[in-house]
Amino acid sequence: MSTCFNFFTSSIGRKIVVAVTGLLLFLFCLVHLGGNMLIFVGQEAFNDYAYKLHHMLHGALIWIARVGLLGLAAAHVLATVSLVIQNKTAREPYHFQKTVRATLTSKLMPLSGLMVLFFIIFHILHFTVRLDALGTNDPSYQLDGGYFDAWQMVVDGFANHWVSIIYLISVFLLGLHLKHGFASLFQTLGLSSNKTRKHFEVASILLSLLIFVGFASIPVLVGFVGLYR
Amino acid sequence: MAETINVTLKVWKQESTEHKGKIETIQADNIPTSASFLEMLDIVNEELIAEGKDVIHFDHDCREGICGACSLNINGVAHGVEQAVTTCQLHMRSFSNGDTIWIEPFRANAFPVLKDLMVDRSAMDRVIQAGGFVDIRTGSAVDANSLPIEKELADAAFAAAACIGCGACVAACKNASAMLFVSAKAAHLNNLPQGQAEKKKRVLGMVAQMDAEGFGNCTNQYECEAVCPKEISVDNIAKLNRDYLSSSIKEGVKTI
Repeated sequence: MSTCFNFFTSSIGRKIVVAVTGLLLFLFCLVHLGGNMLIFVGQEAFNDYAYKLHHMLHGALIWIARVGLLGLAAAHVLATVSLVIQNKTAREPYHFQKTVRATLTSKLMPLSGLMVLFFIIFHILHFTVRLDALGTNDPSYQLDGGYFDAWQMVVDGFANHWVSIIYLISVFLLGLHLKHGFASLFQTLGLSSNKTRKHFEVASILLSLLIFVGFASIPVLVGFVGLYR
Repeated sequence: MAETINVTLKVWKQESTEHKGKIETIQADNIPTSASFLEMLDIVNEELIAEGKDVIHFDHDCREGICGACSLNINGVAHGVEQAVTTCQLHMRSFSNGDTIWIEPFRANAFPVLKDLMVDRSAMDRVIQAGGFVDIRTGSAVDANSLPIEKELADAAFAAAACIGCGACVAACKNASAMLFVSAKAAHLNNLPQGQAEKKKRVLGMVAQMDAEGFGNCTNQYECEAVCPKEISVDNIAKLNRDYLSSSIKEGVKTI
């Protein structure tokens, strides 16, 4: 029992928690992106997908996923916060500060992570809780046969340019976060070496670009270009 | 007559661990470009002594880049900007006439400043005491090929063993993490057959001591590898992470 406890309070143990939860959250991002791309396939495909997500396992799947993701995000943030607090207090700053090879994205990790966290809260309030329609029993998106017109909700949601700007900035920060995070997790899990590290770094750039371009395409095309208006 | 330069030093002066320190400006004139960085400080100190002032205190020993005693964060970089050298192997020809050079101690809460630029690096010794050794008698150098060791492993162990324990990795890390040092010392033994028997005890013990000393946590920026005078690879950090995970699982299974 004590070993388990030591592991989760140790420096490396907490980093492994951050790496594993980060990897799972990244995989969720990929699945989420795949689902989102159905917006461009069409209204019916997107709404069908949303319907299936909400009704799989008699509607239990969505709650399992929500609780699971919340747990992952909480573990990721709590472990990181405890590490960052230690890091910030581990030494006095130099009067002459310089780094030799640290990347900009690695320096921005706590900031980009925090901004992404705020964005996730905003995103959930926007499209899941639907704060604007809360308590109004808004019937506008109800379709025949119990279908919910999620597609129209998204199109309307991005009609506001300020909302589109927030999404665009946020997914850019998410991309920055993943650019360091994805390559870094292989080092933390002990899976990288001098031979493979640069490949992980290239993969990290490509995957974070994919995430950024993919998610950004929605506020850009649906919001600014007004593809479906 | 050798070529000389004049430089301005911005040096950290601190009376003792308890006192607060501050940056002082000291002019260093007529410094031969052939002088090493420490010789430059010697020249400055000679002048300070002649003027009856307090000298700049700094660590040094072998002055040939193999002992790990010298330190100094020079213009923001541990051991200065030259790659793969210690401060004693850095020469004044790397600087230009009229340069301002910032000289600060290796900063980490785990490395308290003793005086000026001297820091107490015994935290690293205590990490070694927590497992960076082999308990059994391994005898003197074995006959060639009597104990076969895979070439890759022998090379990795040798490269890790090159660590001189200077603490530049800690000084360069924005989090004052000692992961490069600890991982090198662990990998040195964990790669070899003689180190296998106590691998789990070593890994768990050294990491626990590292954490207890107040070093920060690694954020994979690899600044440590960039400044290491012995070019210790961050592969060792990946290995330590891997070994720590497997050792924790083994220990956990045993406890349950």
